[in-house]
Amino acid sequence: MAELLQILISGLAAGSIYALAAVGFTLLWQASQTINFAQGEFVMLPAFFVLIGMTMLGLPMWTSVILALVLSLLILGVAFKRLIVEPMLPHGTLPLVIATIALGLLMKESVKEFYGATAQPFPAIFPQDVYHIAGASVSVQDIGNLVVSMLAIGGLQLFLSRTRTGRCMQASAQNPAVAEILGVNVKRMVLYTFLINATLATIASVLISPIYLAKFSNGETLGLVAFIAAIVGGFNQIRGALVGGLLIGVIDNLSAVYISAQYRSAMPLILLIVIILLRPQGLLGTPEGRTV
Amino acid sequence: MIKKLLSATAMVLALGAAPALADLKVGSIVELSGPGAAAGTNFRDGVKMGFEEINAEGGILKEPVSVIEYDSQTDPQVSRAMVQKAIDDEVYAIMGTVFSSSTVVNMIVAKQYGIPQFTGSEAPSITAKGNPYIFRTAFGSQKGVPKMVKYMVEKMGVKKVGVAWANTEFGKGGHQAFIDEAAKAGLEIVVDVPSEQAQADFSADVLKLKNSGADAFFVYYTEEESARFLREARKQGIEKPLIGETTLIGHKVIELAGDAANGAMGHVGLTPDADVPALKDMVERFKTKFKYTPDHNAIKGYTAAWTLKYVTEMVGSPDSKAIAEKMHGLTLKAAEYPGVLMDVSWDETGEMSRESFFVKVENGKQVVEAILPPN
Repeated sequence: MAELLQILISGLAAGSIYALAAVGFTLLWQASQTINFAQGEFVMLPAFFVLIGMTMLGLPMWTSVILALVLSLLILGVAFKRLIVEPMLPHGTLPLVIATIALGLLMKESVKEFYGATAQPFPAIFPQDVYHIAGASVSVQDIGNLVVSMLAIGGLQLFLSRTRTGRCMQASAQNPAVAEILGVNVKRMVLYTFLINATLATIASVLISPIYLAKFSNGETLGLVAFIAAIVGGFNQIRGALVGGLLIGVIDNLSAVYISAQYRSAMPLILLIVIILLRPQGLLGTPEGRTV
Repeated sequence: MIKKLLSATAMVLALGAAPALADLKVGSIVELSGPGAAAGTNFRDGVKMGFEEINAEGGILKEPVSVIEYDSQTDPQVSRAMVQKAIDDEVYAIMGTVFSSSTVVNMIVAKQYGIPQFTGSEAPSITAKGNPYIFRTAFGSQKGVPKMVKYMVEKMGVKKVGVAWANTEFGKGGHQAFIDEAAKAGLEIVVDVPSEQAQADFSADVLKLKNSGADAFFVYYTEEESARFLREARKQGIEKPLIGETTLIGHKVIELAGDAANGAMGHVGLTPDADVPALKDMVERFKTKFKYTPDHNAIKGYTAAWTLKYVTEMVGSPDSKAIAEKMHGLTLKAAEYPGVLMDVSWDETGEMSRESFFVKVENGKQVVEAILPPN
């Protein structure tokens, strides 16, 4: 029982971070039909902004995190939309997908060139204390990661459903033409989506880097897991991406303990195949229509 | 105008090529990117510093040495291509690679061309394949692990042990060596947990170990994996000893894992914290030059460079085949050949023998607990 509890806590903590990246996938798809294969690198990059702030500029950690957020909003939000998505989107989804793959490679290689190929230690944002509850070791870091991720996604849900701007964003995603006729500034709403994605990526980066260590290649695994999580949960629902991320985190840990550590990375892919065969729209996805 | 351009180009090419032809060329093929970058960068810098010092003292056979660097990307197939490229570039000896998965693949190419290769790899299989051109710069895990198991049983009183290892060529070698030695020493293996290369999340692995009831754990990963493992082990509150062979207590691991590395222990063939004056001097020079503390891989690269100088000068010419022949059964005493830092011998398979150390990490530093004799 204690073992199962431990697996659940570790799995949910890791899964909640996958969910942040997966939500970004669904947001961009809903708002601009962008399948962003550089999403893993979007999560990798802000950690290096934090490190640059701390080691090169000598800033305190939280100031560096704010700096990283600002840079992410500018580069992963505004610049990504203006320089990659807007010029490529008129040519269709596939050229944009290829452009994001190229962007991911560029980001990865640039970080390697600029900061080096070796992993870098990244400061933990939570205390390293461990509590023993019902025989399971529960770390403040795991609980902190879970709580922050859930608050971020919950806050986003509230923003989208309870605020005027959020509802305008939903309207822009569902039917941009009608939304525009009704006076919604669709371009601005799409930009907000990109900014939200950059914010989620920064949060995920700051949460996961103390565990993964900051490394140029971190995005490879994260991007794939987040993509699978988004499909498993339902590519057109935020809560689907949340469920997909948590599910993959838990299944990954369960399979590593009870089935085989060697085949753990195959489990999310098996889950993906099963979902595509049995429920192509994803666990919580809807077969038609789009909502942010 | 065209004639002028052509003659100017020819002159530039001739000027550029002339010094390169006069140099002795050595290929440094290491993991500068990918999961092995931490180890590879150290090895590369050790090689670089070794040859810079050699050149400052007049080179090898009074010829300056050019070191040509290649990045294996921690990819066996790329490493093989890089060894071929180095041979095409007419190197007379090769330094690297460090990752065993790469070395087992690329050493076949060096063997075909009869080029001596000084590897930083520690998988037992490397010197068990009858390759007369491969030479270790630190002994294989099949020599290090018996020393460590003996220490675990006799000094620490371990009876039941859990094993965590990377499922790669490097990990398989160390794992098998440990399993064999544990069986000989009567150690009971209560849990055996393999992991993938470059695994990031070790929560499940640590959980399995923690619930196994072992007295101690043998942990055999690369540097970055070791650091992630130690952080997770600390997070889940593992209190039993975590014992590794070389990598677990390496300096890069200590840097990456931070406080989580404290308490980890293990056997190292080389350590910059050993009380060996020549080694300490080398470490200080390295720190001044590269602004970071070298690990055992840097020392391997450094001693490999000096070994090549001594053996080439014993042979009297940069004759690759003669150098390989001379290496077999060779002993270099540090008193006579200071660049090797500690007395060292190679056998007929290219395997080496040297004193080694059992260390524990305390306050972010390796503390030598015991000096273990050569075997």
